Amino acid sequence: MALQSLDILRRSATTTPTPQQRQTTEVAKLIDVTKCIGCKACQSACQEWNDLREEIGINEGSYQNPHDLTANSWTLMRFAETEQNGTLEWLIRKDGCMHCADPGCLKACPSPGAIVQYSNGIVDFHEEHCIGCGYCIAGCPFDIPRLSKKDSKVYKCTLCSDRVAVGLEPACIKACPTQALVFGSKEDMIEHANDRITDLKERGFENAGLYDPSGVGGTHVMYVLHHADQPQLYNDLPKDPTISPVVSVWKGIMKPLATAAMALTALAGFFHYVTVGPNEAEGDDEEHSA
Amino acid sequence: MSETTRPSLLLPRYSAGQRLNHWITAITFLLLTFSGLALFHPSLFWFTQFFGGGTWTRILHPYIGVVMFVSFSLLALQFWRHNLLSRNDVQWLRQIRDVVQNHEERLPEVDRYNAGQKLLFWVMIVTIPTLLITGVVIWRPWFASYFAIDTVRIAALAHAICAFVMISGIIVHIYAALWVKGTIGAMVRGTVTRAWAAKHHPGWYRRVIRGEDH
Repeated sequence: MALQSLDILRRSATTTPTPQQRQTTEVAKLIDVTKCIGCKACQSACQEWNDLREEIGINEGSYQNPHDLTANSWTLMRFAETEQNGTLEWLIRKDGCMHCADPGCLKACPSPGAIVQYSNGIVDFHEEHCIGCGYCIAGCPFDIPRLSKKDSKVYKCTLCSDRVAVGLEPACIKACPTQALVFGSKEDMIEHANDRITDLKERGFENAGLYDPSGVGGTHVMYVLHHADQPQLYNDLPKDPTISPVVSVWKGIMKPLATAAMALTALAGFFHYVTVGPNEAEGDDEEHSA
Repeated sequence: MSETTRPSLLLPRYSAGQRLNHWITAITFLLLTFSGLALFHPSLFWFTQFFGGGTWTRILHPYIGVVMFVSFSLLALQFWRHNLLSRNDVQWLRQIRDVVQNHEERLPEVDRYNAGQKLLFWVMIVTIPTLLITGVVIWRPWFASYFAIDTVRIAALAHAICAFVMISGIIVHIYAALWVKGTIGAMVRGTVTRAWAAKHHPGWYRRVIRGEDH
């Protein structure tokens, strides 16, 4: 995963510039929810390429399997039933890391280099530097990172950074039989999405739109939604995701201010000692020698 | 108190048990401060080297925290009575300029503890239990997954704020011990000189000389 070490735009817990000499093209995965048939080929391809195997679970009355993202399942088809415009709609959304331009996980991570953002937009976990604190879980606005029960490291979709680095598309894209998943430059993907949205609007989905939330600086995984005005219909896709203000204070302004304040408190003590001087009880010496 | 029958020049201030209790709290505090700051600001991440790396720092910190909480609780049970604020303490705090300028003679009479020491005690009473509770909420892999993500976020911020207040308070505590000469001995050997007691804690000094309760 360190193949693109020269293309790192941001690196967790690092206050100096990262190696960002090269600028690669910003990439994006476009998930056209309106074309998805819920076959889960993407889920299988993900497990196959990344050598992961999910445990065999139990049926809870839904096609959704497993029930949630896990350290082994980095992508998951989420199934939702809803009534829109007087008819039943079965909304199937491929869930996984959104590869935010402003990643909350990276902001929260205390371990230098455990989370990196490549200049192509992919946000990647380097598990060998992960200390297992779970701060990224608190930082993520999409509830994506999963702490492994096996090794206490966090795992999530890499957007197949290893494949993309050598010019291949992510494994899930390759497996999709309906081209609901497409991959390319972010610019091209937005253009492609706009064509799709025009088509959907003509066919009566007047609220069709692109999900590329600006609250996290845009994402490198985007959705075409029939009901872009109600993303929460798709298994609680957040409407206006942002890094929580609590996390922003904790890992933003407080970090340098509190550190400086503690250092200055100690320094103030030293300066007090060399200016005002110690407080001695007179007569101590007489008492001792008495 | 007659000069001739004075049995010892030194006055006992802390028992061996109290000293042991204090230093267990102090050592765990230092370990927690270094391991906690390592995960708080990237420029201090190298503190993780004292604990065997980042992952060990993450593993050890909460267990050390539990030890400190228990140890501090025992201290608090022994000392809370001496830390109740009085009218004199308010006046003492108003004259904080005289305090830092070493004009102790202008201050109202201090008993076993001065208002600064008492305030520090109550700051610890608030922050240490809060650190324990918020620490459990963010403790991975054991407990954090049982709490809603917003609860975990608030707990993480509250933990950092309390730790900042506590560490700043303890820096003042350590400095005061170095600044007011003869204080370290109280917690190392358990004794203070009469001059020290008469100057810094006259109320307590008179009671001790009269043979009253400490």
